[in-house]
Amino acid sequence: MAGVITLERILALQAAYIRCIDHNELEAWPEFFLDPCLYKVTTAENHKLGYQSGIIYADTKGMLIDRVAALRQANIYEKQNYRHILGLSDIVKNDGGEAKSETPFMVVRIMHDGRSDIFATGLYLDTIRATGSDLKFVQRIVVCDSSRIDTLMALPL
Amino acid sequence: MVAVNVNVRTNGGAATNAEQPMEWPQGALTRVPFWIYQSPEIYAAEQRRIYEGPVWNYLCLEAEVAEPGDYRTTFVGAMPVVIVHDFDQEIYAFENRCAHRGALIALDSGGKARDFTCVYHAWNYDLKGNLKAVAFEDGVAGKGGMGKTFCRSDHGPRKLRIASFAGLVFGSLSDDVPPIEEYLGEEIAAKIKRVLNKPVVVTGRFTQMLPNNWKLYFENVKDTYHASLLHTFFTTFRINRLTQRGGMVIDESGGNHASFSFVDKKSSEHDYAALGLRSEQEDFALKDTNLLETIDEFGDGCHMQILTVYPNLVLQQIQNALAVRQILPKGLNETALNWTTIGFADDTPEMKSRRLRHNNLAGPAGYVSMEDGAVGGFVQRGIAAASGERAVIEMGGSSTTNEGTRATEASVRGFWKCYRAHMGI
Repeated sequence: MAGVITLERILALQAAYIRCIDHNELEAWPEFFLDPCLYKVTTAENHKLGYQSGIIYADTKGMLIDRVAALRQANIYEKQNYRHILGLSDIVKNDGGEAKSETPFMVVRIMHDGRSDIFATGLYLDTIRATGSDLKFVQRIVVCDSSRIDTLMALPL
Repeated sequence: MVAVNVNVRTNGGAATNAEQPMEWPQGALTRVPFWIYQSPEIYAAEQRRIYEGPVWNYLCLEAEVAEPGDYRTTFVGAMPVVIVHDFDQEIYAFENRCAHRGALIALDSGGKARDFTCVYHAWNYDLKGNLKAVAFEDGVAGKGGMGKTFCRSDHGPRKLRIASFAGLVFGSLSDDVPPIEEYLGEEIAAKIKRVLNKPVVVTGRFTQMLPNNWKLYFENVKDTYHASLLHTFFTTFRINRLTQRGGMVIDESGGNHASFSFVDKKSSEHDYAALGLRSEQEDFALKDTNLLETIDEFGDGCHMQILTVYPNLVLQQIQNALAVRQILPKGLNETALNWTTIGFADDTPEMKSRRLRHNNLAGPAGYVSMEDGAVGGFVQRGIAAASGERAVIEMGGSSTTNEGTRATEASVRGFWKCYRAHMGI
């Protein structure tokens, strides 16, 4: 039984998601998504103008798995961690089996030498579906408030 | 050769740390002194001699100012500028600085306007940057007002010359800059037209802030030597390019270049096999090989072309990911890299979707380019105490000419040849 979507279940999903990234358990990150899906990191300006391009763009779970594999095996970047701080989720629409929600986030990037900066703030625009005993993302559009990315974006938001 | 005096920080008057002039080291173009990335005097001179000198600065795409009244704001080095499509169908650009007190005339990144009014004292400009009205010019009730000798046409922001080429809008403050086609050189011009051969549409804009001097990024883009060494995405996933050939062209000035790789077209099939891209080994294979599915959209088998135009433009084709990148200095140790991802107006839904997937290859999170966002900072940090030392740029000898290989630093040397000519050092 998939059960109905509730605010409590959405909050648990959000908490598990940021825990996965902040604890560097990226191999589990694709599991938060259905297949096909849409995961896109964009900016408020692009989102407003309807520009489709993403800083990261994945429309299958396979692309999310490949993103993690590339970060683990191919890409070179200084050791770093994120700390996600989330605001309260606002459920925009909920028919029990599928819901749309908006959740504000702030991400602090902590570099290996101790430098901490606010790396990104923004809004998760989610479409969430109840499947099996879990909630999964059908869509997660990460809308960053700023159009600027410092240095590079290795880890996903 | 003119010696450039760069102040060396002295240490309590210790004799060994006396100020010394820094000169370009011997060894022609194969040595680059690190103070060139660190000196405030050099940074200031670059504004006058390069950005305001005889160069064509990339400003924006024609597509971004497509309609009369459309404007964008950007920079020529440090100088803020406004680019406008006027109702006479011409594109104009002028310094974004009110003639009165120097405030910005346009405050946002772009939009639509019939004229511009400075918010500070409401001085008003037409779309060509001509001063048209001064608030209270004749005073109020016969009192105040501008002096009798004041003439509006004597005042205004500096205007740029404009050159459009293949949908790219360039601006120059110099009367001595060659015509754009001559400036680009025949081969570079042809390689721009190869990609920008029909109307483009913007699909996204991002700014990547690089923690390094702008020259380190410009060199990085021209540097084909590092590509397969720093960027291991293709090799890690055993993505082979069968019968691949590569090459590079550099214009006569040395400032503009294009590097490219392509395969012999053996098949008319428009799939990744036709471009020789495939993942060899199952354990390292990509799960979703749609990332490799590439259309030979320019019909020549070239799946990658990276092109630069001195001093601030990169035109990118990586598979079907197309983008222009504008390089803007924001301080000695800070550079803004403005990405504009593009497609064509006649793209099919499948091609639009393909470009979105391929855009993962480049940009701040790009599989084959994210390292470039950081590597300039590694140099900038590495040379912190080495202003008297120099880089060795000797791969492929000392030439700055076209090479049949990409195992060369010829185009990096070309950059320095062009840079030193402009800077007079």
